[in-house]
Amino acid sequence: MTCNNVLDEKVTSFTLNDMGELVADKHVRYILMTEKFTNECCFSEQVALLATLDMIHMFYIAGLQNEDGSFSGDIWGEVDTRFSYISICCLSILKCLDKSNVKKAVDYIVSCKNRDGGFGCTPGAESHAAQIFCCVGALAITGSLHHVDIDKDLLGWWLCERQVCYSWWVLSSLIMIDRVHWINKAKLVKFILDCQVYMENGGISDRPEDAVDIYHTYLGVAGLSLLEYPGVQAIDPAYALPVDVINRIIINK
Amino acid sequence: MKPDRNKFSIEEPLSLSLDRSRDDFQPLSSTSERKMHGRPRKAYKPEEEAASASKAAKLRSLQTQFMSIHHHKIYTKEAIDLSRKLLEINPEAYTAWNYRKLAVEDTLSREESNQDLVKSILDEELKVVESALRQNFKSYGAWHHRKWVLSKGHSSVGNELRLLDKFQSLDSRNFHAWNYRRFAVELTNRSKQDELKYTEDIISKDFSNYSAWHNRSVLLSSLLARKAEGFTPNEKIPEEYKLVHDAIFTDEDDQSGWFYHLWLLDQTVNVETPLLTSSWPSHGSCINLSGGDGCLNDSSSSKLTTFCSDLGSFPLILYFDQPVSGVSSSTVAVDSELRGNEDLVWEPVSNKNSRVSCVWVARLNYMSSEPCFPKEYKVKVRIGNSPGIVSSRGCNFSTPYEFVFTAHVHDTVREDSQEVIVSWTDGFDIWDAQSKDLNFLVNLDQQMGLKWRQEAIEEEIELFRALSDSKIGKLTLARLLMAKAMISENGVKGVHYEEILELYSDLMVLDSSHYRYYKDEHSVALLHKVTSSTESLSRYLFQYRDINNSICLRLNNLSLSRIASVEKLLFVQMLDLSHNELHSTEGLEAMQLISCLNLSHNRIRSFSALDSLRHLKQLRVLDVSHNNIGEHSVDTTRYLCSSPLSNSEWTEDEVGRQMTSLVTKYWDAYFVLRDLDLKQLDIAGNVIAGDEFSSFVPQVVPKLVWLDGQKLRS
Repeated sequence: MTCNNVLDEKVTSFTLNDMGELVADKHVRYILMTEKFTNECCFSEQVALLATLDMIHMFYIAGLQNEDGSFSGDIWGEVDTRFSYISICCLSILKCLDKSNVKKAVDYIVSCKNRDGGFGCTPGAESHAAQIFCCVGALAITGSLHHVDIDKDLLGWWLCERQVCYSWWVLSSLIMIDRVHWINKAKLVKFILDCQVYMENGGISDRPEDAVDIYHTYLGVAGLSLLEYPGVQAIDPAYALPVDVINRIIINK
Repeated sequence: MKPDRNKFSIEEPLSLSLDRSRDDFQPLSSTSERKMHGRPRKAYKPEEEAASASKAAKLRSLQTQFMSIHHHKIYTKEAIDLSRKLLEINPEAYTAWNYRKLAVEDTLSREESNQDLVKSILDEELKVVESALRQNFKSYGAWHHRKWVLSKGHSSVGNELRLLDKFQSLDSRNFHAWNYRRFAVELTNRSKQDELKYTEDIISKDFSNYSAWHNRSVLLSSLLARKAEGFTPNEKIPEEYKLVHDAIFTDEDDQSGWFYHLWLLDQTVNVETPLLTSSWPSHGSCINLSGGDGCLNDSSSSKLTTFCSDLGSFPLILYFDQPVSGVSSSTVAVDSELRGNEDLVWEPVSNKNSRVSCVWVARLNYMSSEPCFPKEYKVKVRIGNSPGIVSSRGCNFSTPYEFVFTAHVHDTVREDSQEVIVSWTDGFDIWDAQSKDLNFLVNLDQQMGLKWRQEAIEEEIELFRALSDSKIGKLTLARLLMAKAMISENGVKGVHYEEILELYSDLMVLDSSHYRYYKDEHSVALLHKVTSSTESLSRYLFQYRDINNSICLRLNNLSLSRIASVEKLLFVQMLDLSHNELHSTEGLEAMQLISCLNLSHNRIRSFSALDSLRHLKQLRVLDVSHNNIGEHSVDTTRYLCSSPLSNSEWTEDEVGRQMTSLVTKYWDAYFVLRDLDLKQLDIAGNVIAGDEFSSFVPQVVPKLVWLDGQKLRS
């Protein structure tokens, strides 16, 4: 499937091949990038482009769901709950969640739930903050958080006890299960601000002693939003996008 | 100094590796991870800059060449070797792994018959993976490539466990290795018992191994569930306590053992088989039913059990100790002379998408069209005669249980349809409850196999009493004491609560970072204490004169931040929770009889936090004044509320069609309020309660009579 679209001076020509590689100007992407791309479209409201990409992405993503409800990253079949989250997130923004088997997708995610209340990348894999974010986010978007009803306290406590501040993963998960009041927000705000670079081009890193990058800058600001830092727009904990944008997309019929 | 953009060039395939596991419980390992994490922030010397720039240039050139061969599908020896060079520098180049798979498939399609060649090609792939893993043994791409090669079926699996042992010694917390181990074990058919022994070996070398403990819990759960030979909980769990003691007493700060200990406690307390905890009406009780707008004037009957409803039906509530599915008229038989109650519909009190819940309700009709003298009906409820009630973990409700209650149906005394406003401040009399009135507090004694559980907990309590100076020691002791209370028979209960409350109060000071966690636990313990006996509960029960002496439970000014013990409070019709610290009504959904609820002066931040109230079909009077609704940008119950955001279907009504922007702006108020049948609502003292919102509310709740004390319609 191909479409040509002139956005600005950069002619962007898109082709989606079997491996989900969105070939744009010879940049090769992976399904992880498909998500970012869909999100960027929301930001800039390029409706025409979005409509065209809708079909492409929808079929590609839905096609990657397996019999047991899990999602693969591409045709080579690596299964990981990260991919469940990305697929569900994209399909929801594209308002075609029903193109996948939501019940099975949820059942698979629940099968990755561990005894400590957390989630791993596959059934039996140990809990990891980022996987927890992916699973809790996917359950939130599909309205399936009742599956963790009895585990909210256990999971909440596990998240609180993380010794390193994975601001986004831990925070957003705690917010989605309504246990964020258990952590010391002021301390976490201070940590994120300590990871800032004030000189040169600014930015935020993962630790005060490390170099900055876009990824951690984005997540750092998003974390500050979840901590209600003054002046930062409200961000949706499940989508990592502004609340206004998500409300507009999802609530308006 | 100009920053070198090349250091974090966008053109480098962005590997969104989420792998930070080593940071959780161990100091940074010495193996370098040079992508995004762990790159020091420092000024580089000119010669370092130059070296780094030339390295980046080499990498970019390699990448460009690689992209070209990939897009042109070139699979020559030289081309394949180029991909190997790229992966040596950057094992996270996912596309390079995909390319190699394509190259292998291309060769295999031509040389299928040549078994030796096939094997050597695949062995080469394994070598490339191994070398990539030595560079970065947390590369998702590398591990997956190895799995892919193994699944082709031509390689020896015996090597795999040996290779894993090598990696485990480098970093025993590597979850990739453990995941791969599970994959390899399945291929070799190694027994779970052997794997369990393996975890024990790892643990004995290093107690601080979260992965090993985790895997141990997974294997044990499976063996216990399967009832494998020699694996019964009453033997195994006490053994595991001994094992974990070494870990937690060697290094108190290390969490691995503590989380395992928490899991053991869960295994000790939670009985697999679902049980009925309570019901309303309860066994042996007598309820007076009346209908319409008027109510009984008969003061001789116990006011506790008078139920009036404008719906002409009353809820029959079943409260289980864990979420179950399968409650229906086939699995629960209700024998009664009350007519019109064949084929009852049982609904779970839960989210629209779910058929699983601790609480199940069926409504029994009692209004008949003919005038009748006060009549007495016996109702017998039999649960679990037929199989079908199953816990979410797959255990059947196995022991049939039955209870009987009596219903007196009265004609109503027709009064003028006066829409009386409910005041929460006056009109209350102390109610002198007799224990016979609250006999439903007696525990339904169905639990079996309690002895080993109680003994195990006693032992742990003794051990931890000696240790309770540290935060984790106190917390564990508090948890143990709560566990003991949960599985004790009546009478013993009251004793421990003071100690538990004191422990949590100490923890609020000792570990102030988690203050509000301990506060919540404190509230839970407090409510358990309040409901632990007739005597303690009756101190909070009053009669409200204006609604025919309805029984009101007043739990105000108790600093409650959390709701609990609801299974003991199913009889409550008026509930005053004002002047507390609640931020959500989570838990109230089981209290199906509530018609009046006061939540003023709490910490409620949004209407989404009131989602559970949608299950209260009798609710007519709600006070949420003086809270924090509209004050916060972050909604912590956004996804715990039924709405399009959480993928719930909804039928658009007139308000939804005509007031789209207000519906989007006040979405949670809209979705929650439209499902409530309120006559009286108070919202004053919230940031949200301006003119716009106050005029929006009556549109959404057309039957509303009183808003903030003002009558809306004549």
